[in-house]
Amino acid sequence: MPSTLFDKVWDSHVVRHIADGPDVFFIDRHFIHEVTSPVAFLGLEQRGLKVMFPERTFATADHNTPTINQHLPVQDPLSANQLKALEQNAAKYGISHWGLGNPKNGIVHVVGPENGITLPGMTIVCGDSHTSTHGAFGCIAFGIGTSEVEMVLSSQCIMQPKPKKMRINVNGKLGKGILPKDVVLYIISKLTAAGATGYFVEYAGEVFENMSMEGRMTVCNMSIEMGARGGMIAPDETTFAYIKGKDKAPKGEAWDKALAYWKTLKTDADAKFDVEYNFEAKDIEPMITYGTNPGMGTGITQHIPVTTETGNSKASYEKSLNYMGFHEDDVLLGKKVDYVFIGSCTNGRIEDFRAFASIVKGRKKADNVTAWIVPGSHIVEQQIKDEGILDILTEAGFELRQPGCSACLAMNDDKIPAGKYAVSTSNRNFEGRQGPGARTMLASPLVAAAAAVTGVVTDPRELIA
Amino acid sequence: MAYDKFNILKSSAVPMPIENVDTDQIIPARFLKATERKGFGDNLFRDWRYNADDTPKKDFVLNNPIYSGKILVAGKNFGSGSSREHAAWAIYDYGFRCVVSSFFADIFKGNSLNIGILPVTVSAEFLDKIFKAIEADPKTELEVNLPAQTITILATGEKESFDINGYKKNNLMNGYDDIDFLQSLKDDIQKVAASSIY
Ligand code: SF4
Repeated sequence: MPSTLFDKVWDSHVVRHIADGPDVFFIDRHFIHEVTSPVAFLGLEQRGLKVMFPERTFATADHNTPTINQHLPVQDPLSANQLKALEQNAAKYGISHWGLGNPKNGIVHVVGPENGITLPGMTIVCGDSHTSTHGAFGCIAFGIGTSEVEMVLSSQCIMQPKPKKMRINVNGKLGKGILPKDVVLYIISKLTAAGATGYFVEYAGEVFENMSMEGRMTVCNMSIEMGARGGMIAPDETTFAYIKGKDKAPKGEAWDKALAYWKTLKTDADAKFDVEYNFEAKDIEPMITYGTNPGMGTGITQHIPVTTETGNSKASYEKSLNYMGFHEDDVLLGKKVDYVFIGSCTNGRIEDFRAFASIVKGRKKADNVTAWIVPGSHIVEQQIKDEGILDILTEAGFELRQPGCSACLAMNDDKIPAGKYAVSTSNRNFEGRQGPGARTMLASPLVAAAAAVTGVVTDPRELIA
Repeated sequence: MAYDKFNILKSSAVPMPIENVDTDQIIPARFLKATERKGFGDNLFRDWRYNADDTPKKDFVLNNPIYSGKILVAGKNFGSGSSREHAAWAIYDYGFRCVVSSFFADIFKGNSLNIGILPVTVSAEFLDKIFKAIEADPKTELEVNLPAQTITILATGEKESFDINGYKKNNLMNGYDDIDFLQSLKDDIQKVAASSIY
């Protein structure tokens, strides 16, 4: 029977199917960070359990780390305590740990792929919902809760009902200034923030085939924002070229063997999906969100929809627009911007900074804008320096911070003040996500750059030569 | 961590007719810095419940003494966003044992079941009836019957059944968790690990 990429990977990882229950699902790679793992380790200890396969788990500190002065002791005692707990737990159980200051340190979903830990056809989990990022390599990757972190540590398995299957095809060629972030914000705006709940998505079509690995990661990363468990893209030559030579990628004979397997990882011609959507690249313009969930996005030249067009209840929609200080039918172009954040596991990779720099080059930061420019990892930070991007940024009046999740979830000091407007390349515009009272507009690195140099919401296409 | 077994729960309920309540609202990230599972209930719905100076916001439902109970009734797409299990811990720690909505985000639903909170999905119409019943009488009681998989508005006798898989139902009714169960499958797990190319 023809089967989908998702079926192939899922079915080969089922340890046992429980009648009227979930599958016992085997996990190839497990990432942990300081915030969602301590209670899981505590649980292990209380039960007297060991880590079954320590070599399959990788720890990095990212959620709660400062993005300046990382060489100094962490100021916040609670944050410092979590970082210490991660370090101690990793040491105690023999788990690889890239803590603060380690040259490999960075956001978990950035360091996994860039070091060749993430490989096609793997099952990958982490106590962070944007684990879906790794789906860009044809992996089944998704976020889990702390109880499940404890399950993976103690048995390398979790209990999961198999999701339904959705395919999203985007055909045609993207216009000038349209980035992968726009593609995924467009899809989410069409499907809504809950439109893919219960599904695992495969992205297919010309747009994704032509996309870089960085771009594919941006798209898969945001799958959770329409409720999907995860999203994946079949591996191809672009994938293999990205992986080749990475630190932990297979080499020599092991590479040949892996490659032969990776080439089988695609959906068969007649395989069936539970639901399928088709979109056209030409309909996508630079996107921006105006509300308090990522489904509330629109083309940058459009008006904010009126309630009746959105399928939301009046009360919820109004609550959301009130929080943002916007009104139905407003135009976002020209709205004042106070903060710009470029970074996160969504847009904290080298391509994102290249895009940002392409607009910033030869211009100056707007005086009314505070910009936080945060690489996803030390490796990205080094690339930014090596490629001369840092010089462009400095010249334009921007500063580069040190890697971490930063204002994506504002657990450290990088908080947008109440009432202020931020154009942010991260993934969530929830109330208070970037700081209590912060007003987030999600967008691509080009839209962020355009706002950073003009001080208002600006169509980046006007600034591209 | 052990949790209370769930059988039949009869309780008044707290209404929250807001849609898309995400886990950043249930518990904001700045309260995730603990290394133990303690005290999360204090920060449940922190920014909706308290002003910046930590005084309670009078118009928020948890600060309204008329409403109480072990059941939280919420608008559609409850628990979207982050995978933080802390959201479910906060709800449990505050004293809720059951959340009723017409639609739940996947990860939140799984996390709840893993820690002993029963998520009950009802139709949009039934959800509306519950909100109306609570509006008419804040002390009105709901009965959530896990063995029979039904939820009843006791005042009117209106009833709806809900879905839950047999495995999870059995766990909740007996206070079991998956970690013990998985320990019993170690031989099978070793075999799959050995056959993986990774
Ligand atoms: S950058 Fe944001 S979404 Fe990504 S791992 Fe960090 S907190 Fe999670």
